[in-house]
Amino acid sequence: MGAGLGSGILGKADEGRPPGRPLSGYGERSKYVKPARTMRQTKTPQAGSSATPLADMYGIITPSSLHYERHHAGVPDIDPDEHRLLIDGLVERPLLLTMGDIRRLPSVSQIHFLECGGNSGGEWQDKTGPDAQRSYGLASCSEWTGVPLRLVLREAGVKREAKWMIAEGADACRMQRSVPLVKDLDEALLAYGQNGEPLRPEQGFPLRLLTPGWEGNVQVKWLRRLFLTETPHYTRDETAKYSDLMPDGKTRIFTLTQEAKSVVTFPSGGQKLAGAGWYEITGLAWTGRGRITRVEVTLDGGREWREARLDQPVLYKAFTRFRLPWKWNGRAAEVASRATDESGYVQPTREELIAVRGRNSGYHFNGIKVWRIQADGSVTNGDA
Amino acid sequence: METRSIAAAVCLWMAGVLGAQAPKYGVGRVMSAEETRNYGIMVGPDGKGLPAGSGTAVEGQAVYAAKCRSCHGSKGEGGTGPLLVGGQGTLATGKPVKTVGSHWPYATTVWDYIYRAMPFDRAGTLKHDEAYGVVAYVLYLNGIVEEKQVMNASTLPKVRMPNRDGFVPDPRPDVGRTAGAKE
Ligand code: HEC
Repeated sequence: MGAGLGSGILGKADEGRPPGRPLSGYGERSKYVKPARTMRQTKTPQAGSSATPLADMYGIITPSSLHYERHHAGVPDIDPDEHRLLIDGLVERPLLLTMGDIRRLPSVSQIHFLECGGNSGGEWQDKTGPDAQRSYGLASCSEWTGVPLRLVLREAGVKREAKWMIAEGADACRMQRSVPLVKDLDEALLAYGQNGEPLRPEQGFPLRLLTPGWEGNVQVKWLRRLFLTETPHYTRDETAKYSDLMPDGKTRIFTLTQEAKSVVTFPSGGQKLAGAGWYEITGLAWTGRGRITRVEVTLDGGREWREARLDQPVLYKAFTRFRLPWKWNGRAAEVASRATDESGYVQPTREELIAVRGRNSGYHFNGIKVWRIQADGSVTNGDA
Repeated sequence: METRSIAAAVCLWMAGVLGAQAPKYGVGRVMSAEETRNYGIMVGPDGKGLPAGSGTAVEGQAVYAAKCRSCHGSKGEGGTGPLLVGGQGTLATGKPVKTVGSHWPYATTVWDYIYRAMPFDRAGTLKHDEAYGVVAYVLYLNGIVEEKQVMNASTLPKVRMPNRDGFVPDPRPDVGRTAGAKE
């Protein structure tokens, strides 16, 4: 009796309502809430990625525990008191900084998305991702706290000849990327905070480079060294990886900017609509070129587009939540979103991308993702 | 060459932001050149930063058998780790095979990566000579150097990788239209 009315409405007359569990030092989510990062099974799980369950997220902030991961040699265990950042190479004064030194400098908190350059890499192939998590989930958004990179570089005194800096992580592979000293770095941080607490180990504890709008890999985690140089070093992860192979056999290198992208997270692959009637279509959009200005949604596979409402304020180089109320008539439909950013760039279709870049580029896929809603309410990626 | 457009942008940022060079906050400890050397190697494509030491494919074969074969296969064909050999001539085909031999532009990168990141389960344990030897062996398996060719700080940067000219700058935005343009 009463089970269908929801817990606590009637209670059990004989036992009353005993109090719930006591206070706790560090909160856990409800045991009824299950979303988790997905990962592919490999023999070397230290060199792999796990994806954010985008369709289970509300708003624009990704809980730190669900932020996507991409590591090349596992997550190092670093004592922040032992950690040091060396700035050397073409500088006036090679400097060694402790975390304490870095935290003394003027800091700032900024909300930015972070996306792996390889996010949606499977979409170049015939078999596309079955759901939002496994197709677009190597993207997350956090509030980051840190020191503007330029303040720290100024302490070391960058020499005129320096045009690049090699950023090196303290992970087992001492991963390195060459970072061009371009204007975008005005916004770069040496970040130590994430969503109100220190960075999670998976995101680079205790210190990472944050270059908003660029691919994740260049934003080196567990940052231990910045080495100023005249030229890039063509490290393995900017040549063999995170570079885009074109149909003519040439490889684009230093493709750093993540272009405008969006995905509908409801309704999306793997979900099921409960029947005809009202729903809220929602999803996420982001761009490495600034702010999202517009997201349009189609329900008929791209013939007609309707403008979605964007949650305000729309933040710079951050996830933008879009929403559109929708009354489903119970018939098959094709839903997709298309983002436009303040540079005027419009998110292309998958076919448009493949027409120019072929299928072997592997990285930087930002095409429109189409979900097919069947008459029974089930949602798929539409692959045969 | 591929860095030309980036270089122009660099000058702007350097002048505007890094122009004032006096340290303001005085944090951190100024390091001597000797101290920074202990912090690890940095290897440029011109070979700058490569340490002393040398090796040949003949010597490297033994290192490979002991420290790499378990993951990369007896002849670099791959296993737990990626394949290290082959793929030359496939990059412009429908089934490109990207390897050290077919794809990587600089031999210095091969040395730097193997020295810093391999063996995967015990990174940082290779001696300089072992690294020169095993790099020579991987390059030899790819038909890029001779079996007895000595690899060291001056010969390695001169090795011409097959895909040396295969990298181009980022031309994006290259796809789609701009807002306001007709569909
Ligand atoms: C325990 C397994 C293991 C051992 C032993 C090992 N490797 Fe690796 N190797 C890997 C894995 C895994 C990767 C990929 C790492 C990544 O994804 O970032 C890799 C990557 C590489 C690459 C880069 C390939 C590419 O195309 O990106 C090279 C080169 C390489 N290894 C050489 C070596 C050499 C030389 C040795 C011996 C000194 C060695 N490895 C020992 C597992 C191993």
